[in-house]
Parts: sequence; C-alpha cells; structure tokens
Amino acid sequence: MEITLNGEKFTLETGSNIVNLIDKLDLNADKLAIERNLEIVPKSKFAMTIIEEGDKLEIVHFIGGGEE
Amino acid sequence: MEITEEYLERYSRHILLKEVGGPGQKRLNRAKVLIIGAGGLGSPNILYLAAAGVGTIGIVDDDVVELSNLQRQISHNSEEIGNPKVESAKKCALRINPDIQINVHNERLDSLNSGQLISKYDIVADGSDNFDTRLVVNDSCYAYEKPLVSAAINRFDGQISTFKAFQRKEGSSLHPCYRCFVPHSPPQENTISCAETGVLGALCGVVGSIQATEVIKEIVGFGKSLSGSLFIVDGLCNEFRKISLPPDPNCPLCGLNPTITKINHRK
Repeated sequence: MEITLNGEKFTLETGSNIVNLIDKLDLNADKLAIERNLEIVPKSKFAMTIIEEGDKLEIVHFIGGGEE
Repeated sequence: MEITEEYLERYSRHILLKEVGGPGQKRLNRAKVLIIGAGGLGSPNILYLAAAGVGTIGIVDDDVVELSNLQRQISHNSEEIGNPKVESAKKCALRINPDIQINVHNERLDSLNSGQLISKYDIVADGSDNFDTRLVVNDSCYAYEKPLVSAAINRFDGQISTFKAFQRKEGSSLHPCYRCFVPHSPPQENTISCAETGVLGALCGVVGSIQATEVIKEIVGFGKSLSGSLFIVDGLCNEFRKISLPPDPNCPLCGLNPTITKINHRK
C-alpha cells in the first residue's frame, strides 16, 4: 500500500504497524515521535497502531537543545 | 505596581487590546514566571516578558556569558563576557523595564532544587539545553501544578508546546505532559546541543517569541492554549505546523499506572 512519509510517497506492506515502519527505516524509536494524520501517536500505542492506505506520516525528531 | 500616567502609557498598546485590557495587564504585573536557561530561547523570553510588565521574573542558569553565545543570546552583550548569564540578562531586562522584579538563580536546575525553585512561581518557561533538565522541569511542574511552556531549537527547527497535565480530568484526551511526548531521555548520541550542530541565531528569536506569547496567553487567559498541540517551526522551508499531541495513557508520569511517583519536594 502507499502512504505519504515526510511529504513523499512511500510503499509499505499492508497491515504494518508503526513499530514495523520504524524497523523498516532502521530508526531508533527512543529518539523520535511519529505523527500520523496530524496527530502524535503515543509511544505506547506504536505496536497497536495499524497504518492505513493513504495515511500521512511524519517523523518528528526530538529536539532538546534550547541551548544555553 | 501603581497605576500612574506613566504606567498607562508604558502598557497602552496592551491595554488597547480587548483580550488584555486593564485587567489583563494587571494579571501580567502580578504574575511570577520562572525562565529556565538564559540562552537563545531564554533571552527573548526574558526581554519580552520584562517589556510586557510581568511583575516577577526568575532566571535559572549557572553559565557565564561566552563570545560564541552572542550570535543569538540577545539578553547578553560583549561587555558581559565572563559574567554570570543571570546577572547579564537581569541588567538587560531592567533597562527595558525598571518596574519589575528579577530574581537570579545562578545555579543548575536539577532534581534536588527544581521543586523548591518552581514552587515559588506561577508558570514556567523552559528553554534548557538538554533532555534531563526538561524532564525534571516537567515532573516538578506536574507535581506543583504549574503550567509549563516548553520550547526547543536545533539548526533551523523549533518545537513549542504547553503542558498542564495536572488540569486533565479522568479519561480526557486533553492536556498531556512533556513525558507523553518524550517519555525518557533519548540515548546519548542523540542529545546533540547547538555547540555541535549549530543553530540559526534569528530562529531563537522566532521560537522564543512564540514561547513568550504563549506564556502571556496562559497568564492573561486569552486565545487558544498550545496545551494538547505541538507547534513545529521549519525555518528552512518556511513551514509552521500545529499538530495534535494527546496524552499517553501509559505515560510514566501522568498515565494510568505511573512509574515516576517520587518527586523531590512534592507537596
């Protein structure tokens, strides 16, 4: 199925959840949040959130530096 | 603060706004705001909140002014190099508005002193440079029921949100805490600071000013709060996005079965 990831078309196996997506992208879930259709998905719901055709996902990297 | 002709003139452009008016301006004058970090984000916060007449501003920072700070930390100047940032920022703020009180806390905020510091203020603006501090600030704000307006920047990106999970009613999808977004400190290699990656100086003004705007809105109580939303600034592509940030039912702090239950100086 096709989704939009960070503004670009991306192909993903049907039935994938957010953990599957993060694994596929080889990212570390502890460093980022996932935005799905304009809403941050709570980390504890990653495994149970099934991505659907046409979903718009964005990877939101954590920023901690206000820098002093 | 006494209402004199000078007062009415100084704050006239606020008083003219029906959302602020005389009563809103008085709320600002009575407010006590704690600013964590007198750096890139802290600077515009300190200056705009001082200008707005926030009656008491506390500044926490244990650093001294360095030459490499001056590209963006606009509450400091070349003559202050080597001096504590809190003192430098205080001088700058009082030059704008001598009628306010500035409390300097020349120390590093940690889990031992955070409750003591935060409990003395009404609202907290966090612009610190690391996740550990952000999490400690969040935990104390939750324990002491203080709204937290949090902002962060890196390179060309900024993120701003307001957290007041203590106001959440059971089962409500409103009002997350910072840990609903960042549950724990990310692994070390990710905790890159601006010293390593760079940051566009003017972007600190954009993001810090949005943060100051949200602090003023929380104090006066007008407009829409950023609680429950994450505001993302992309300075490269000129994109400002606001997305939903719901509470995490399994948040280690404000979730149904919290694992963080001991907070120093907790009421």
